Amino acid sequence: MTLTSFVRKSAFRNRRRSILTVLSIAFSLLLLTLMMTVWHTFYIDKGSAESAQRLITRHRVSLTQSMPAFYREKIRAIPGVVAVAPNNWFGGIYKDQKPENFFAQFGTDPDEIMKVFTDFQIPADQLQAWQRDRAGAIVDAGLAKKYGWKLGDRIMLKGTIYPVDLELTIRGIYTAPEPTTSIYFNQKYVEEAVSFAKGQAGTFNILADSPDDVSKVAAAVDDMFRNSPEPTKTESEKAFQLSFINSIGNVKAFILSICFAVVFATLLVSATTMAMSIRERTREVAVLKTLGFTRQSILGLYIGEAVLVALIGGILGCLLAFGLVSGMAHAPGMSLFLSGMKVTPATLLLAVFVAAIVGFLSAVIPAYHAAKIDIVEGLRYIG
Amino acid sequence: MAIPISYNVRNLKLRKGLTIMTALGIALTVTTAVFLMALLAGLKKAFMSSGDPLNVLVMRKGSTAELSGGFDANLFPTLKTLPGIAKDAQGEPIASAEWVVVVVLPRKDGTGDVNVSVRGLMPAGLTLRPGAKLIEGRWFTPGQREVVVGRSIHNRFSGANVGDSLDFAKGQWKVVGVFDSGGTSYDSEIWGDVNQIAADFDRQGGYASAYLRATDPVAADALKHRVSDDQRLKLEGTLETEYYEKQTSSGGAIKFIGTFVAIIMAIGSSFAAMNTMYAAVAYRSREIATLRIIGFSRPSILTSFVIEALLLSLLGAVVGIVLILPFNGMSTGIGNSLTFSETVFSLHLTWGVALTAVLFALIMGLVGGFAPAWQAARQDILTSLRA
Repeated sequence: MTLTSFVRKSAFRNRRRSILTVLSIAFSLLLLTLMMTVWHTFYIDKGSAESAQRLITRHRVSLTQSMPAFYREKIRAIPGVVAVAPNNWFGGIYKDQKPENFFAQFGTDPDEIMKVFTDFQIPADQLQAWQRDRAGAIVDAGLAKKYGWKLGDRIMLKGTIYPVDLELTIRGIYTAPEPTTSIYFNQKYVEEAVSFAKGQAGTFNILADSPDDVSKVAAAVDDMFRNSPEPTKTESEKAFQLSFINSIGNVKAFILSICFAVVFATLLVSATTMAMSIRERTREVAVLKTLGFTRQSILGLYIGEAVLVALIGGILGCLLAFGLVSGMAHAPGMSLFLSGMKVTPATLLLAVFVAAIVGFLSAVIPAYHAAKIDIVEGLRYIG
Repeated sequence: MAIPISYNVRNLKLRKGLTIMTALGIALTVTTAVFLMALLAGLKKAFMSSGDPLNVLVMRKGSTAELSGGFDANLFPTLKTLPGIAKDAQGEPIASAEWVVVVVLPRKDGTGDVNVSVRGLMPAGLTLRPGAKLIEGRWFTPGQREVVVGRSIHNRFSGANVGDSLDFAKGQWKVVGVFDSGGTSYDSEIWGDVNQIAADFDRQGGYASAYLRATDPVAADALKHRVSDDQRLKLEGTLETEYYEKQTSSGGAIKFIGTFVAIIMAIGSSFAAMNTMYAAVAYRSREIATLRIIGFSRPSILTSFVIEALLLSLLGAVVGIVLILPFNGMSTGIGNSLTFSETVFSLHLTWGVALTAVLFALIMGLVGGFAPAWQAARQDILTSLRA
């Protein structure tokens, strides 16, 4: 019998205990992987290549202040800017006020918006139909599926910010790389009905020449309007999204503390199991020593056993997390920010590594005590 | 006959290390759950106590938040003449037309910019919010670029002390006082004169909302309907309490994530508890057989082991709650999707939260302890004695 098979056999000699331990570790690691994935999506992921090329300009004071619409032409003149489209939050109510019936609605310029969102897919004839119909709208494919919308359907949005109800005809259905749960319509339609909406823009979406130009363009835009009555704040699309996440509170500390609790709990579980199983085998250790096993090899055997169990739990947890995230990303109605979540190989590797470390740490103390055992004392030990 | 509970207590004490480690594992799960529940309780408290049952909030029909409102200033005098509004010492109706705008301020600890609500109000606005008390300085003077800040703003932002200046909209605003509204969402607001604020944000000629103080709760309800039913006004009245109740929905994300995290951690802990209890059963198999011979029935053995598991989880629950105590009252902010600004609330450990936590731990103990206890009760006496 080789040493590896000895480790494998002894790891599962008490099958029920090992399975319970594996499961317990698996669930903790599932949570850890999910938390790390959220962290990765929020803070490390730079977004797609197309997204990295886009910027969003808003009023410096806050998102709820609007800017003059003529800013658009001034922004267009800045070197490095390829396309600019206004985007106005409408905030209307569809059907009722229930949160599940809430989605984003933007008034924009149909002639240019798709030149900014270069990664959105929409059939050319649908885009043209939308551009021709002032009361038309294009909707996200996922949203269309959720409500069963088809081309030509009419939807009613009850205005909350603007005192107008919009009756829109669906002229196109677009697909974005990540579900947007948004609809876009012609801003002029709102302006015709509400005089105070005229000449105002909530945000501008800008497409820059290349990702390298993004920070240069942002600075140029903000410099241009710095001393005007309506100063602006321009940032990359990713940074703009992150500012919403930050508004939920101290998300970083929140994720970190959950991760910490999970790792510590896993360590406790694993250490309890190892302490139990090594204590039960006090006499065996004495026998092994009698047979000539050195302290080091006994230490190695038990630590190997713990690492093996923890690794199996870790891998299982990663698989569970992977399945769950893939399932969630495709589920309709998932919140906008989590829809782009992907478990990366680096995250999985890190989780498995954490599992191995936990296994190692959990066995160090009991294994050390076992290795130190006096042969005669050990043989006399009654479990 | 039932096996005395002291038997279980002694057994738990006997295998001290194992008991402590398992209980700690459960405790960590309980701590996480309590933490999230206490956050929600604090959030609820901040919003629920914000509204005054006597105050009627008036906004344009269809508006869901003060930020999205906006009605003509000419309507306000009509509103003031409605019957049912309480009068002050001078016989003037207590009513305040207001603006709520959002500004960006940097956090004191340098972790980024936060949206903060600035409320412009009339002097009557202070009268109809008796819950807000000055703790430092004085109230703002109408017609001056002066503001008073809520307690949370004072604590969380630099430049929010009496004598400092805050820079937003068209210039500097002098901070002349700090007020405390007892943990409600007003504590996360900055208050100033409505006309000054409107001028700075180019919003003259209208108001976002109006607050009317009713003489009594019945009058408040009548007033609410009177406003909504008046065809001339095209306005809608809501009780202030109802308005804030709706805003608790901003805790939805925490609730969802919290439940999810707590359930997954609980599953993990249940497996660990099961392990410990199986070990306890295996370790005491001869003891169990002896108990059976003495005459304890299978059901009483089953009960005894389930009780032991419950005791173990109860210990975990207590430790878990104690671990969260130092954080009780700690405050944090949450973005509100209706007001686009941050509301500060504190971790609020209520008896309800603690009880739920204990119940949560007991369920873990039950799930983890039942199978091992079942095995203990079904053991064959002779085989166990020989073991």
